[in-house]
Amino acid sequence: MIEIRDLKKTYHAGEVDVHALRGVNLSVQRGEFLCVVGPSGSGKSTLFHILGGLTPPTSGEIRIEGRDLRKMTEAERTDFRKTTVGFVFQKYNLLPTLTAQENIDIARDIAGRRQADPHFNEVLNLLGIAGRLRHKPRALSGGEQQRVAIARAIVNHPALLLADEPTGNLDSENSRIVLDLLRRLNHEFHQTILMITHDADAAAYGDRIVHMKDGRIID
Amino acid sequence: MINRLVLENLKHRPVRTLLTALAIGIQVTLILTLVGLSFGMLNDIARRTEGTGADLVVLPPDASIIGFSQTMAEGIVNKVRELPHVALATGILMQPIGGINYITGIHLSEFNQMSGGFEYLAGGPFEQPDDMIVDEVYARGAKIRVGDTVNLGKPWHVCGIVVPGKLSRTFAELKTVQERYSATGQISRIYVKADNSANIAAVQSELQQRLPAYGVYRMEELVSLMSVNNVPMLRQFTEVIIGVGLAIGFLVVFLSLYTAVLERTREIGILKALGAGPGYVLNILMRETILLSLFGTLAGILMSYGVRALLGAFVPSFTMEIVYSWWPWAAVLAILGSLIGAIYPGLKAARQDAIEALSYD
Repeated sequence: MIEIRDLKKTYHAGEVDVHALRGVNLSVQRGEFLCVVGPSGSGKSTLFHILGGLTPPTSGEIRIEGRDLRKMTEAERTDFRKTTVGFVFQKYNLLPTLTAQENIDIARDIAGRRQADPHFNEVLNLLGIAGRLRHKPRALSGGEQQRVAIARAIVNHPALLLADEPTGNLDSENSRIVLDLLRRLNHEFHQTILMITHDADAAAYGDRIVHMKDGRIID
Repeated sequence: MINRLVLENLKHRPVRTLLTALAIGIQVTLILTLVGLSFGMLNDIARRTEGTGADLVVLPPDASIIGFSQTMAEGIVNKVRELPHVALATGILMQPIGGINYITGIHLSEFNQMSGGFEYLAGGPFEQPDDMIVDEVYARGAKIRVGDTVNLGKPWHVCGIVVPGKLSRTFAELKTVQERYSATGQISRIYVKADNSANIAAVQSELQQRLPAYGVYRMEELVSLMSVNNVPMLRQFTEVIIGVGLAIGFLVVFLSLYTAVLERTREIGILKALGAGPGYVLNILMRETILLSLFGTLAGILMSYGVRALLGAFVPSFTMEIVYSWWPWAAVLAILGSLIGAIYPGLKAARQDAIEALSYD
């Protein structure tokens, strides 16, 4: 489902070139729960941004569901984010002015899906937020906010769920709940997940773990 | 869903929303007040001109419809009186006394005969040469009573307060006004009444033949000409005020949305991560702008009622009308100024880099 060959990304910070990715090779199967582990500066966030279509690679090959991200224009990457990937961030990133339900609905609206999916209630029940949907983010706990963020990320049935340190802002109890949910989404709904973390315990929830260092995957 | 987000964004910052709407409202009030004053003052002049009871009005050569700077010889009145079918003719002198105020010299008996006479609320007609009659609006605005002395370049003794609606707000004997303001033998206009309404056209035609350089108008014709377009500089002045209004709307919305875009950088990043393109982000801000403009228009309309009430209380001679037909125009101008102001912040938001926006705290 994901094929990455010799992927490189160089940022230009003033007159200095920063080589964030120095030739990444990676394959991810459909329905896999992959964890990418590495210290700060290892390039895992850059990999997350490229996989999510938020920034283009400098060179190399990267295909998701057969779509070549390197050749995509800005507009095509916008469309790719709408239809193919869902994001879960460390800071939840819910829109503070909208309720939990509206945060989910706006993702559906942006994707151009006017009708609500009746089967999605099953997911909301699994996430345990069905009774909290009328609340705004400030009235929800961190764990609840992250579960709403997960619901928003998968409301359009993306091929790939990208999670960037999803438990980074949570206590251990809520971390466990969120990681359990990600695993259940993977097992029960066959959701392909790529999770970035520096926490070995969190990474243990995945089917497979890869380590990154200095812009490369080392095992 | 976008509308919901727009509405919630406005509710999320109520003070900013209120202040922005009020500032746009000031723009709308400015336009509606100016238009209301133009219409109100002109209609008021028209009503008072009709209040003379005349059928025809003779203006000096080159005189404007509402201006009184040109004068003509008083002797012409006698020539007018001699024409067939002329029942009454009386000359008046409108003497500027500062600002938009005039003191009007009249032959009281002739003027009463033509207009049906003044209705006195206090005092009575002229008894002394320096006596002055004022209408109730002027008396209220200047806070004067019968017996007071008013200085209009020269001292005048107030002998009567009358119901408004007849030609002017301040009246004195024609002869005294001519003498006191160095206009002996001069008049501004001649008001003419025909012996029968069927003969008005004949009198007008005769006057036009005898006084070819003069303006000879039927009353309804003169009144219909009292519009913004026929008052020198008023249209240009209105356009300048509209331009100032547009600039206010532009600056207010520019500052408000620019701040909003900076504050919402992270939220814009979230929308972009969800797949929102530049058009979607721009659409949100443009809808927000239009909604703010509509709130502002509503506030401006309400404030224009307030301005009218204040003028009525403190400057009653400034007649302001609520001109409903200008409400849509005021809204269009408010939206236009605001949308122009929203372009730069909108484009800044639309071009926001998603990764940078998401890392913004």
